[in-house]
Amino acid sequence: MPDLTTHDISWSRRCKNYLALGTITAGALVVTVPLFLILGTVIYRGIGGLNLDFFTQLPKPVGETGGGVANALAGSLMILGLASLIGVPLGVGTGIFLAEYGRNRYGNVVRFTADVLNGVPSIVIGMTAYAIVVLKQGHFSLTAGSVALGIMMIPIVSRTTEEVLLLVPHPIREAALGLGIAQWRTTLSVVLPSAKGGIITGILLAFARIAGETAPLLFTSLGNDYWNFRLDQPTAALPVQIFKYATSPYDDWHSKAWTGALVLITMILLTTVAFRLVTSRGVRESG
Amino acid sequence: MDEQSHISVENLNAWYGSTQALYNINLEIPPRHTTAIIGPSGCGKSTFVRCINRMHETLPNTRVAGKIQIADLDVYGKGVSPVWVRRRVGMVFQKANPFPTMSIYDNVAAGLKLNGFSNHGELDKIVERSLRQAALWDEVKDSLKKKSGASLSGGQQQRLCIARALAVEPDVLLMDEPASALDPISTAKIEDLIFDLKQQYTVVIVTHNMQQAARVAEYTAFFLMGNLVELDKTEKMFTKPSDKRTEDYITGRFG
Repeated sequence: MPDLTTHDISWSRRCKNYLALGTITAGALVVTVPLFLILGTVIYRGIGGLNLDFFTQLPKPVGETGGGVANALAGSLMILGLASLIGVPLGVGTGIFLAEYGRNRYGNVVRFTADVLNGVPSIVIGMTAYAIVVLKQGHFSLTAGSVALGIMMIPIVSRTTEEVLLLVPHPIREAALGLGIAQWRTTLSVVLPSAKGGIITGILLAFARIAGETAPLLFTSLGNDYWNFRLDQPTAALPVQIFKYATSPYDDWHSKAWTGALVLITMILLTTVAFRLVTSRGVRESG
Repeated sequence: MDEQSHISVENLNAWYGSTQALYNINLEIPPRHTTAIIGPSGCGKSTFVRCINRMHETLPNTRVAGKIQIADLDVYGKGVSPVWVRRRVGMVFQKANPFPTMSIYDNVAAGLKLNGFSNHGELDKIVERSLRQAALWDEVKDSLKKKSGASLSGGQQQRLCIARALAVEPDVLLMDEPASALDPISTAKIEDLIFDLKQQYTVVIVTHNMQQAARVAEYTAFFLMGNLVELDKTEKMFTKPSDKRTEDYITGRFG
């Protein structure tokens, strides 16, 4: 038996090993650094503006200090809620179709279309919503913003739904079919519950993705300095409000933009963590 | 055959894509007896039983031609729904496949519940009866709704799958190597079970294990390369088979 302990390995080989290891470790570090830089900067510059008013007051006009983004928070929640009502059923439905019935030419076309849609720049989707909703209604509206974001959700939700449904073992489907349970019933009552955790993760991913979208809202929901709870009126949304504050020339508004960004990031982070906890518990129960 | 047949198969052919798996199978299976299907791997045993309850067609690019009659039901008749066939022909698979998200109770009740049956008093009785028939009742009666079907041991899972198939009260029970993944003790339990089941059901069991065929089945069919070589009383098959190929297989000369 040759002795393979370290002192037998040549100096140059050990050097190469350390060099390679050092390079990939540095690479991994470089990848994580921007995230922490962003988080750090946003917290550092945004935390000063955090107070109760920020969550409960309407924006103040230029020159007046104080005020908050309460209307934008409410608007964001409404737009995201309505977008989910559009995007989740269509996305999950498409995913079910692709996984259970889509092993054919039509399925391939749908799959390809969903992938292309996923790659369409968000501003183009905003323009589409502008063309099909805003022009019809005659003005910017909450609905138009939701349609734009809802469309963005569909391909993300449908592809993840398809992927997790395909992970459900085939024998489980056979067991249900073998009992004389119809195919649609099998999908609904046997396959879907087995994939529930993964589907929820997919929905969450899509939600987090659209929660921060600004471009598709710029000419759909537009923004609003006041409260709006009507579907057919322009509505404030947090990312648009941040954009407006950040591009303004006023220092007070700049700091509000940082605080808005902090709130937005925290919201997305909290939803992600909360859903993760819920779904991981679901998986343990079923396993 | 000295008994009236329950399942009658005429000129059955089956394909996977362009590969033919069964060639002109003709046979009669008697009611309330166990018929074993034996033969080397890839001889079409599983394909054959999967044609009886129309599971073959659930795989992509498959095709079947021929006629199967189960009592008064023309399995491949015009307008006959595969769903309807499968309610009358239960199936137990090689690997136990309980529904992982359902409790033991729901696993057994699934065939009825998911077909719209909702009389709970009646359901309780059926679940108990099926679990007793599958010799599993005593082991699970205290955790029916608490434990998931997937939390049972392998042998218990397979008996759970048998109970699940029995709950819908089929006429025929197809078993595709039901004990091949189990230890000898669990296998013995399943074999005892099959022995009891044939009082009420026509059982067709695919097996690799010739001793098992000899133990549980009155009739045995020998398949070879997609063809039925012969079907006869098990005793006769194992003592003086009419076909040379059967003798060669049984005595271990090939396969």
